Amino acid sequence: MEYFLQQLINGVTLGSIYGLIAIGYTMVYGIIGMINFAHGDIFMVGAFIALIFIVTFGITASLPIALLILALIAVLIVSMALTAVWGWTVERIAYRPLRGSFRLAPLITAIGASIALQNFVQISQGARNKPLQPLIPGGFTLTEGGPNGEGFIVQLSYSQILIIVVTTALMIGFTLLISKTSLGRAQRACEQDRKMASLLGINVDRTISLTFVMGAALASVAGLMFLLYYGVIDFYIGFLAGVKAFTAAVLGGIGSLPGAMLGGLLIGLIETFWSGYFSVEYKDVAAFSILAIVLIFMPEGLLGKPEVEKV
Amino acid sequence: MSAKSGNLFIDSLKDAAIGGLIALALFSVLIGMKAEVASGLGGQLGIEYRWGAVAIAVAVVFAGRLLLNLFVWKAGTPVTQTAGRLIPSTQTLAPLAKYAMPVFLVLAVILPFLLMSAYGSRGSRQYLDLAILVTTYVMLGWGLNIVVGLAGLLDLGYVAFYAVGAYSYALLAEYFGFSFWICLPLAGILAAFWGIILGFPVLRLRGDYLAIVTLAFGEIIRIVLLNWYDFTGGPDGISGIPRPSFFGIEFNRGEGGFADTFGLEYSSIHRIIFLYYVILAMALITNFVTMRLRKLPVGRAWEALREDEIACRSLGINTTNTKLTAFALGAMFGGFAGSFFATRQGFISPESFTFIESAVILAIVVLGGLGSQIGVVIAAVVMIGGFEFFRGLEEYRMLVFGLLMVIIMVWKPRGLISTRTPSITLSGKKAKGISADLVQEGHG
Repeated sequence: MEYFLQQLINGVTLGSIYGLIAIGYTMVYGIIGMINFAHGDIFMVGAFIALIFIVTFGITASLPIALLILALIAVLIVSMALTAVWGWTVERIAYRPLRGSFRLAPLITAIGASIALQNFVQISQGARNKPLQPLIPGGFTLTEGGPNGEGFIVQLSYSQILIIVVTTALMIGFTLLISKTSLGRAQRACEQDRKMASLLGINVDRTISLTFVMGAALASVAGLMFLLYYGVIDFYIGFLAGVKAFTAAVLGGIGSLPGAMLGGLLIGLIETFWSGYFSVEYKDVAAFSILAIVLIFMPEGLLGKPEVEKV
Repeated sequence: MSAKSGNLFIDSLKDAAIGGLIALALFSVLIGMKAEVASGLGGQLGIEYRWGAVAIAVAVVFAGRLLLNLFVWKAGTPVTQTAGRLIPSTQTLAPLAKYAMPVFLVLAVILPFLLMSAYGSRGSRQYLDLAILVTTYVMLGWGLNIVVGLAGLLDLGYVAFYAVGAYSYALLAEYFGFSFWICLPLAGILAAFWGIILGFPVLRLRGDYLAIVTLAFGEIIRIVLLNWYDFTGGPDGISGIPRPSFFGIEFNRGEGGFADTFGLEYSSIHRIIFLYYVILAMALITNFVTMRLRKLPVGRAWEALREDEIACRSLGINTTNTKLTAFALGAMFGGFAGSFFATRQGFISPESFTFIESAVILAIVVLGGLGSQIGVVIAAVVMIGGFEFFRGLEEYRMLVFGLLMVIIMVWKPRGLISTRTPSITLSGKKAKGISADLVQEGHG
């Protein structure tokens, strides 16, 4: 039971990170119907930018707690802004010129962009792992082990709390942004009918760009969270995390925001429980198999709308 | 006139300045500051500043954008247009293309002797190795071309079938001692079998979903090969894979070897030349089968499927079976190429079958012009040759590869080298070049 509880906590944490990345996939798919294959690498870029700022500002666990939180918020904002520029640039260079081209063209440029980003970071930052000392050590102990080492100690670390809280806050804020603001309205309008939206005076290109910008900003938050949680990153983390987050988006129903969050949580839980109870080596196989199974048997996902094919 | 050109210059300058600023935002952190584990700090990360590199990168973006603005994008008569006139168009090249194939073929057949006479048997070895590599990719490209170019299904996990072929041969040889020539058909059949197993459930999916599922499948195969230590050797791979023999005659020194039997002086180059002809023959068979299949009903159905799936279904074509045959055939040729790869290397490990490999093969097909056989050859020669040529710049070539994939796709979505017209069209209608936009999702 204790083991289960610990896995549950870890799974929810991991799932929050996947959920944040999945939002980027799902929004882009919703608005222009393409898989932004480079999104996982945008997440990786976000993690690197956050890491560089953390090291540059000399943020360590020894800072007073208030200062530490302030500094982390500053890092978060700066890296969100810079990662957003990356997201914007990728859209501008690789996707916008192909708008209206055949459906697979942007997918192929997206693969190219993904390869280019990965190798760019590998060259500029080096291929070695970047380890970071834990910034937020400690946590709550939920159940104590017995005096002789029996029983299982369940820990809820502060960094896990931080990840879950930040993710929840962002998701609430984000849902409000989409449902209440004029930008969100414009976005939903473009999603339904791009031509009509542009006839009604919505700048479609700008709206699409902003979608990429928001997706990238959320991915950079996920990057920082990943960094805080695992404490080590390299240039290759984007590929796996990207495919898993895409799986999450598909599982939840692509195009649906609550679906992306739900899917992220489920994928995180499945992956953690799989590694906890079966085998760590095959946890990626589990995620990939779920992707295939969901697509084959339930292509509209859990919360998505079935797509209508028109001739 | 002068006012206009003044405006042009100022506009271009402004635009370039904005580009430079964005480049500054992009590069200042990722290039300018390198997080590196410093030696003196006990495993802690330190920052190495490189503002010079940032300045260079920003200057390149600024200058590049300024020049492009002035001469291409905003200019009245873009330079590219002028330059385009110097290069003959595809139409004028069309008669040449008819001769290109035989010329390539003859060149490919006599290549080893050309190289031998030019560099001697020792010096030509590296060129022959490169030729074998390029031909392997040509074969893979032709195999994938059936799936992507003819049937219009985007397969991002093609390397999985390559891996299945390679491991089939290696494992059959290791456990049962089968020879290359017995394993070659088996490997192809096994790969085709896997293609059917995978294809059966996923071919109902729409194009981009199909792409992701095939990608996932490719990764699953690789992870299984990596972790099934007892059977596949895991990350250590399989070594000591037997080499092919020449109709039972081994390429050995001494009694009964190839050189001895034919009264030649022993040289290790014989085996290399033999391998070259094996892969060349295999590639040509792939091409021959593809060309023939295109004339059969199933080939027609592939092309029809690529053009319009809904129309196909309305006409009573069984789309699932049609897609499945394309998938299985493509997989089979991938499997053949894979077992050749295993026998040539003598050693295989999961490292050789990563997603990047799939991307390279796909890039060869896409850049060569979807569905074009000769385009694949040219793209493979240029790309793999380029990879080898820039081997010294190991780090940068993948970056350039990714960038080129984006640039070429944006510039010429129909493929850089050639496009292919449908094998058959309604009489009287002029055949349009098949643009890549016809390779698209199968509406499931």
